[in-house]
Amino acid sequence: MSARLRVNPITCEGHGLCAELLPELIRLDDWGYPIIDQAEVPPELLGLARKAADACPTLALLLDEDRR
Amino acid sequence: MSVGPAALPRLLAGLQPNGAAMTLADHERIHGPLPRPSPEELIEVVERSGLRGRGGADFPTARKLQSVAQRRRGAVLIVNGSETEPASAKDRLLLSRLPHLVLDGAVLAASAIGAREVFVKVGQSASGTVRALEGAVGVRADGKLKVQVVTGPEGYVAGEERAVVHYFNGGAPLPTFAPPLPFERGYRGRPTLVQNPETLAQIALVARYGDRWYRELGTDTDPGSALVTISGAVAAPGVYELAFGTPMIDLLAAAGGSTEPLRALLVGGYFGTWVDSESAFRLRLAREDLRSVGCSLGSGVLIALGQSSCGLHESARVIGYLADQSAGQCGPCVFGLRAIADAVGALAAGVGGEREGERVLRWAAEIRGRGACHHPDGAARFVESALSVFAPEIEAHRHSRCTARPAGLPVAARAGARGHRLAAGTRR
Repeated sequence: MSARLRVNPITCEGHGLCAELLPELIRLDDWGYPIIDQAEVPPELLGLARKAADACPTLALLLDEDRR
Repeated sequence: MSVGPAALPRLLAGLQPNGAAMTLADHERIHGPLPRPSPEELIEVVERSGLRGRGGADFPTARKLQSVAQRRRGAVLIVNGSETEPASAKDRLLLSRLPHLVLDGAVLAASAIGAREVFVKVGQSASGTVRALEGAVGVRADGKLKVQVVTGPEGYVAGEERAVVHYFNGGAPLPTFAPPLPFERGYRGRPTLVQNPETLAQIALVARYGDRWYRELGTDTDPGSALVTISGAVAAPGVYELAFGTPMIDLLAAAGGSTEPLRALLVGGYFGTWVDSESAFRLRLAREDLRSVGCSLGSGVLIALGQSSCGLHESARVIGYLADQSAGQCGPCVFGLRAIADAVGALAAGVGGEREGERVLRWAAEIRGRGACHHPDGAARFVESALSVFAPEIEAHRHSRCTARPAGLPVAARAGARGHRLAAGTRR
């Protein structure tokens, strides 16, 4: 099972909750928009990644989970 | 299979110097009647020819045709003649002067993907092009195929293929988040092939004369010919058809030669790359050569910058234009490009700080891949090459006033049509 993070840059408004909840994978640029340095989510961070995706006010943070 | 022209011009054969559109009779006298290959035959011959898309993305054309043909049901073809790259003129030349060649290619591509509807999209100020196209469509007998000419907005990103599809669907002419891509779900949800006019014109020739003929010019990896719009410090700026593999010096010679010693060349338009003239003269018109200096042909734009002009000043104007042309949808593009443009403007004005260049490069790296379309990526590539090639100019501007002659790279030839959701400078 693998999971990857993506941002829909059109809907993202730079609230920044994702970087608060998941600083291990997400940081913010100079204007507060998320930079995902590593899209692949390690298993131990999956729970936090789900929380971050759920917490995004504009549902711009997408977690693609490949269930096999 | 008929015998094609033995040498150049191929696409531009029979072009009237008086600017008139070629008539159907003249077109058929030069190229013969339109062949009717089966979809499989057409895709095969295009595949063997090695033809790649000429709108800038350089994608193998046969694969693009195949991706829509596989889906088949209710497919649509959009001929994307937006040509929003300010320094490009090849698509308008083809559509206004050789409309039947492009329409032949459209008919062939439509039959390969099972489309019964073709839309030709051009910029709304291109009234001459629209007249030529409508005249050409009116005299053709393409069976049940419905061909319509549609005009649309002309901002830089309005020509991006998802922006074109979104506009056709009644939306603003702005890129959308992918997936789905147009070939999956495009015009009215149908599989949609969006193709550049030159690519279609090349298909019209390949279908007639075959892949072997096509490969008689060019190199093994870049077969055939290409239309290149050459401008700047050359004696005869314009659109020229040249074989792949042609040395840079011969490209410039085709446009009358340079009018002064050159400082640099901009290859590939405003999403392209500056190359200093010394390195540029070692290049041929071929992907492997261009890739060795980090560039690609893009939509076939070449701008020669003379030594009397200032590349830093010109680059600052272009990056300012690209920042203005952001669709205004994605934060990293809106704020990042504006910050980059302001910083490069400061460097050009000689008021940039010591670390200004470093900041620009960090921002450029950070905005890559973070827009819905490739606008930030292209702008980042442009600005990175500008900072590298014009490093001596940046240093010189710190110490003395720039007295160079403006080269006047086109930046506001056509007004942008933007649906601004975000505006730089209004937040944080």
